[in-house]
Amino acid sequence: MEQKKSKLSILTNGIIKENPTLVLVLGTCPTLAVSTMAINGIGMGIAATVVLVFSNILISLLKNIIPEKVRIPCYIVVIAGLVTVVQLFVQAYFQSIYEALGIFLPLIVVNCIILGRAEMFANKNSVIDSALDGLGMGLGFTLAVTFIGCIREFLGSGSVFGVQIHNIDPMSIFLLAPGGFFVFGSTIALVNRLTKGKGVKRKSFGCEGCPAAAACGHAQKAEGGCNA
Amino acid sequence: MKEIVIILFSAILVNNFVLSKFLGICPFLGVSKKLDSAVGMSIAVTFVMVMATAATWPVYYFILVPNNLTYLNTILFILIIAALVQLVEIILKKYIPSLHRALGVYLPLITTNCAVLGVTLLNIEESYRFVHAIINATGAGLGFMLAMVLFAGVRSKMANAVITKSFDGIPITLIAASIVSLAFMGFSGVIEGIFG
Repeated sequence: MEQKKSKLSILTNGIIKENPTLVLVLGTCPTLAVSTMAINGIGMGIAATVVLVFSNILISLLKNIIPEKVRIPCYIVVIAGLVTVVQLFVQAYFQSIYEALGIFLPLIVVNCIILGRAEMFANKNSVIDSALDGLGMGLGFTLAVTFIGCIREFLGSGSVFGVQIHNIDPMSIFLLAPGGFFVFGSTIALVNRLTKGKGVKRKSFGCEGCPAAAACGHAQKAEGGCNA
Repeated sequence: MKEIVIILFSAILVNNFVLSKFLGICPFLGVSKKLDSAVGMSIAVTFVMVMATAATWPVYYFILVPNNLTYLNTILFILIIAALVQLVEIILKKYIPSLHRALGVYLPLITTNCAVLGVTLLNIEESYRFVHAIINATGAGLGFMLAMVLFAGVRSKMANAVITKSFDGIPITLIAASIVSLAFMGFSGVIEGIFG
């Protein structure tokens, strides 16, 4: 964030230019795991967006209070508290989504995107900018997961959002793990193809996108590794 | 005894954490370029998984359940894991410097690894007894290692291949992972067939 950016560009940054899932390739675990159905993708996306917006707001508010050295544990506590709230809320009102997301709902705590935005954006920017950034990133994640979910649901069970589209024998392999990896890989390739030459900085797997990179530092000298 | 063997081998082969449960994908894709770093990372993950299970299981059943605080498990488990990783690092640095040199790089990365939090939460969800939970964590760690080592081999072959520009890098890695995961699907049913 070198120069002052307009509010709109902060919001759209996460949706298009730095889409957390398809360009920064963060939060791969939930993307692969919940994208078996489009509706699950939306549920997961909204849950993560809510956590992301509120964690960005809280961390931006607390940025002057949290001591530099213990900031990562502080962020984790804030995020874990919010995830617990969201988890209880989803369990109370959206039982079917709660069951479909299963363990990946509590695992939003360790989603790279959320910790990453706290570390890279919210602790340097104002509250409103952080909220917008969280919303943009969250929407980007939601769109990506839902898009992958639509493809997998269409190929794997012949429907989209539960509506039957075709009656050709569904290829259930797309609902299983190999299909998840395949569709995700192909989607990123598609995005690569579409954005070629438009100045989107391509990140490889490594420390630059990893929220823990600043915390560990010495891992950069060795081979990079993100975690989610 | 039979139960333990079944839990161990299902966790390694059938319900492989990386290739069928999608936990710990980032280190799987990020640190699998070289065999030695893949092995180092997996040993560290296995170690922390077992330690984390040993720490969180008693906390859940002896503190949270009697006080009706089970909804606090996420927040408490992640704190325990974070503290544990820090503690392990300090102890290793002080008493076993050689091991610290080998694993130290990977330890801070593990705190927010979803495979570690995942295994502790899954152990509670499956209501395993303590010994079974430890075995499950060991199996999950070994399964992670197997996937990492196999995939490091696949990637070293891939390094010399000519790849279409839009697939270069992350996409082709994911597609290779898809094929490795397809191979692992062959294990489904094997465990029941042999030990069942």
